[in-house]
Amino acid sequence: MARSSRSINYPHWPGAIVIALVLMLTLGTLLAVLWRAEGLGGLGAAEWAAVRFTVVQALFSALVSVVLAIPVARALSRRRFRGRTLLITLLGAPFILPVIVAVMGLLTVFGRNGLLNDAIALAGGDRLSIYGLGGVVLAHVFFNLPLAVRMILQGWVAIPAERFRLVASLGSSVWLMLERPMLRAVLPGAFMAIFLICLTSFAVALVLGGGPKATTVELAIYQAVRFDFDLGRAALLAAVQFGLAITAALAAWFITVPEGFGAGLDRVMPRLDGANVQARVVDVLAISLAAIFLVLPLSMVIIKGVIGLPDLPASVLSAIARSVSVAAVSTLFTVVATVVLSMRGGRAVSLASALPLAASSLVVGTGLFVIVQPLINPAKMALLVTAVMNVLMALPFALRVIAPAFERVETDYGRLATSVGLRGCARLRIVILPRIRKPMGFAAGLAAALSMGDLGVIALFATSDQQTLPLMMYQLMGSYRTDAASGAALVLLALSLFAFWMFDRGGRADADA
Amino acid sequence: MLTLEDLIVRQDAFQLTANVRFDTGQITALIGPSGAGKSTILSVISGFFGAEGQVSWRGQPIAELRPDQRPVAILFQDNNLFPHLTISENVGLALRSSLRLSKDEQQTVEDMLQSVGLSGMGGRKPAALSGGQQSRAALARLLLQDRPVILLDEPFAALGPGLKQEMLALVRERALADDRVVLMVTHDPQDALAVADQIALVDEGQVFEPLPTRDIMGNPPDALRRYLGTANQ
Repeated sequence: MARSSRSINYPHWPGAIVIALVLMLTLGTLLAVLWRAEGLGGLGAAEWAAVRFTVVQALFSALVSVVLAIPVARALSRRRFRGRTLLITLLGAPFILPVIVAVMGLLTVFGRNGLLNDAIALAGGDRLSIYGLGGVVLAHVFFNLPLAVRMILQGWVAIPAERFRLVASLGSSVWLMLERPMLRAVLPGAFMAIFLICLTSFAVALVLGGGPKATTVELAIYQAVRFDFDLGRAALLAAVQFGLAITAALAAWFITVPEGFGAGLDRVMPRLDGANVQARVVDVLAISLAAIFLVLPLSMVIIKGVIGLPDLPASVLSAIARSVSVAAVSTLFTVVATVVLSMRGGRAVSLASALPLAASSLVVGTGLFVIVQPLINPAKMALLVTAVMNVLMALPFALRVIAPAFERVETDYGRLATSVGLRGCARLRIVILPRIRKPMGFAAGLAAALSMGDLGVIALFATSDQQTLPLMMYQLMGSYRTDAASGAALVLLALSLFAFWMFDRGGRADADA
Repeated sequence: MLTLEDLIVRQDAFQLTANVRFDTGQITALIGPSGAGKSTILSVISGFFGAEGQVSWRGQPIAELRPDQRPVAILFQDNNLFPHLTISENVGLALRSSLRLSKDEQQTVEDMLQSVGLSGMGGRKPAALSGGQQSRAALARLLLQDRPVILLDEPFAALGPGLKQEMLALVRERALADDRVVLMVTHDPQDALAVADQIALVDEGQVFEPLPTRDIMGNPPDALRRYLGTANQ
């Protein structure tokens, strides 16, 4: 019968408005597209192929990421070497990396004229193609291998040091007694989390997929709207996408998803089982290959980007201005919406965390255009819709960072605040916001970086005078202006990392009272 | 006087009843075993926990009021100061929750800090103070709230015996000066003996009627004997 601190101390309406907006943007836009569609029809052969490809590429991506992550995580858990902390920090970088930049980096290494194919050609072999299932899986592994390593490493460092000593003193097998049970507990969650992420991937499939054999559902929605303006097919595919994502999310719900952002990953386990030569060789290989796989494409982006900078068109400045403006607006609204939802707590947070992950950003964008079309020329709304989409898509991640911190402050200081009459805005200003500055800065950094690198709904509707930097880069790649595209990639990479660093650092400054 | 009338607190399988009154100008110690409901009773009086029955102050029901509208000020077991605010700001919250204090109010805060022995420490953050000084700052805020009912939920439990006695003496000196009701949760009979005028035992799902400290400690009832571990002596 404890009184709800939330209901006493915060007004209901701000949270209700945000929830209504999330519902409108996810389910409402889907209904709007369905309403405009002239009949749904059924799933044809092409649509079934897209569903099959989506599931297959997500399965392969998750499987390969998790399997490759095991030796890397084990090596990191038991080896101390110079640059280890930096490497672990780098493992967090792909999350804030613009997808299109990473794909560009992968193309410079694994593409037709990339380093790998040059080496194969030198050895007299045939060049390999990165396009299709292999390329999509490769890009997804690039993004998700680090996430899998962090999740699995968390499992390893959670094993108490005394257990390793106990196993050593008993002469038992570390693998049988400690590692296998830990992996059994951690791997299913890591697999499901990555499967879910890859299920709704768009930009990777847009660049490396396409064609009847390598089209994801999200890409099929793009093609249905962009090339055929077949809203019925888009809506049907969106419903399928929604169903797939909800099913995967429910499966992930039953499997505990390990924490990938947790602290304490720089702890090294004192172990005796890794001392032999064979273990050392395996660990060195695992760490070296993973580091090369992650660092080489990014290094190539930087090298080629510096060379390509002079080739950038003059319009890059206005594209930068648009990207920065969209990122600033969406970051502000993401943080405000997240704090407002955290004020409400409970089911509001769960709902707003789940729905955007299941929604198709392209269908949300299309739905918004359908809704505003009678009132205003939709083309003029491209940037605004992009900002709204970015808020929606960043919301689950920002909530995951801010809501628990908000909850902790309420648990620790809520009664004290209530006892001195701190409610509403004063409570936020004096107690909550100063105590959640760090997670708020981190969440704002994530939102800014995600928004800066977003190539989603903008690809559908932007006119030539509304290009954001990722869209400009994609169009430069499409017109084979590789040097200019490399220059744009470098600028985009720098902007995304700077945006993340600026907000994250801003949150940390003077945060420890 | 503070009255708990036909009060029933339910929490899962746990149930606690109370039908007692606490007079002004007295410190009452609530003692009893862990999990008996001592802190829960304070939560009900301060408005953080709902219950059936009536809580009244001077005959006026207060159960429907928000915690900050009740004639009650409370010190918790921990987290009595906001770590990101200065000591002056923490104490100033008692006067104005917006923290926009007038010159006079700022002076009042300074005076209060001086009266609890924290002169010149208003600009510091809590982490820069010792445990005893932090307790004094929390007490300063409590006194400045100027509420007629003061609830102490073992706020000095983490202090050493000497400091704890010092703080309890300060409570006795300052809190009772204005004819207040003071309820103090403790599991240490020595605290009760040192500072309380009367003791109310909380045990077996019931808050017993308070009795004068000397009487109850001189001739403890069975429930208190069991709690003190002297049932067979």
